[in-house]
Amino acid sequence: MLQIDHIDVYYGKIQTLKDVSLRVDDGELVTLIGSNGAGKSTTLRTISGLLRPKQGSITYNGQRIDHLKPHEVVRLGVVHCPEGRRLFGHLSVGENLRLGAVTQTDSAEIERTRGEVYELFPKLKERNNQLAATLSGGEQQMLAIGRALMSRPKLLLLDEPSLGLAPLLVEALFAIIRQIKARGVTILLVEQNAWLALEVADRGYVMETGKIILADSAAALRTNPQVEEAYLGGGA
Amino acid sequence: MSLPLYALQQLINALSVGSLYALMAAGLAMVFGILGLINFAHGDMMMIAAYIAAFSLIAGIPLPIALVLMVVGTIIVAVLMERIAYRPLRTAPAVATLLTSFAVGQILQNGALLTSRFAQQPLQIAFPPIDFLRGVVLAGALTIPKVNLVSLGLGLVLLLLLTLFVTRTTLGLSMRAAAEDIQAAQLMGIDTNRVIVTAFVIGAILASAAGLLYAVQAGTVNPDMGFSPVLKAFIAAVIGGFGSIAGAVVGGYALGLLEVLLVAIPGLGDILPAATTSPEVITFFKTYLPSTLTSYRDAFVFAALILLLLVRPGGILGTVDNDNTR
Repeated sequence: MLQIDHIDVYYGKIQTLKDVSLRVDDGELVTLIGSNGAGKSTTLRTISGLLRPKQGSITYNGQRIDHLKPHEVVRLGVVHCPEGRRLFGHLSVGENLRLGAVTQTDSAEIERTRGEVYELFPKLKERNNQLAATLSGGEQQMLAIGRALMSRPKLLLLDEPSLGLAPLLVEALFAIIRQIKARGVTILLVEQNAWLALEVADRGYVMETGKIILADSAAALRTNPQVEEAYLGGGA
Repeated sequence: MSLPLYALQQLINALSVGSLYALMAAGLAMVFGILGLINFAHGDMMMIAAYIAAFSLIAGIPLPIALVLMVVGTIIVAVLMERIAYRPLRTAPAVATLLTSFAVGQILQNGALLTSRFAQQPLQIAFPPIDFLRGVVLAGALTIPKVNLVSLGLGLVLLLLLTLFVTRTTLGLSMRAAAEDIQAAQLMGIDTNRVIVTAFVIGAILASAAGLLYAVQAGTVNPDMGFSPVLKAFIAAVIGGFGSIAGAVVGGYALGLLEVLLVAIPGLGDILPAATTSPEVITFFKTYLPSTLTSYRDAFVFAALILLLLVRPGGILGTVDNDNTR
């Protein structure tokens, strides 16, 4: 479904991604783990068109997408739920959801999707008219994911959804990520919480200083001593 | 004239002036909200509108067609301005785009000047009278210039339409989203260039309405007629809370009210009925607030602005944004 081949990405003169290649197949949940600053978010930002690779290519269902603008990438069904939620805080919950569906034209379809999102996150329905900025951290994350789902993504890029959430909420969040996958959405998940990410994922990639250093099935990565030591609480 | 009538008359003046400021300030605020650009050439868009209307009417084009030409012409200027001058500077520092806006303004002013030269018109062109905007309306003891009533009404109608647009339509909602976080808006699938062009187009429509009314009130058009209004609109937007459309509108009317109050209060000494007012009050007004003070109006306006910003740095509706993360 998504194929990244040997991309180099620069922030100004500093190279942040070096020869990164990865692929996500239809229906998979793939996770990208690694420490802070390893280049995980940069990878997602490059897929969604916010950054452009200097070298290499990104193909989605056989089509090159590395020269597209962000809004064109969304129209293809690749939706990026960014780190830090990036909600429109001065707009209501309902308006945020409506904006998630900005690429959709069929209003009956939009309302049906809204119903599905409310089903997944009943709290959002209760708070429909409230300003997004007044929601709690957990509710904000729910809204960020709900907003991304409003565009009916085929491939969902989730960036650090568990960041800043209490442990109980993180559990609930991962249950929801599983449900989204069960509905047939392919997911590329970036997480610092490597343990939980490898629990839900089919496959994983480990990044370090802008490079992919390991690629394997999630089960194999969970028992990989290198991963265990670096990310799964071998002292950290 | 009795005191309540005097007050009512001044209130209508205030709302009429305020409407013009609000129309201009809303356009400035829309573009600033999305791009962080203070487009000082916005005043020159208003000037261009007045020129197109003036030349069309002088050429004998019927009023309705002249108005259409005015609005369409101003929109074209605004779209070209965005495309040629501002879009290439999208990632440039704010000071570069600010300077660019002055340059764009100069080019438009010189364009108006050259056109007048070629059309063998003087530097300052008398604005052809428009029948339905001439004269006054008599309501009881009140005499209100028709153009003031039209300014007030047109201002309110256009601002109501703008409110409906930004709250009820997807494009309007996208505009507010882009103003809050342009990158997040892109990730929603919003074509931000389309949103930005829309903001310029709406700004042009509002500015052409303001330009027409301003030219009718002044009776003339000249190339730098946009400077004072854009400055006032900028102040209005700052008073209301810069970047928000609602703030700009509130600020526009507040500024109109303030200006009219600063003219109306010093005139009170001449208005108060001598029979029922104690002589001390009249002496007080005549001594300390004589009508000659009105020539210092702008100084008082700026003093009031400084005071307001000391108390509320974010403006009337604004909040001070501590968010430095983007």
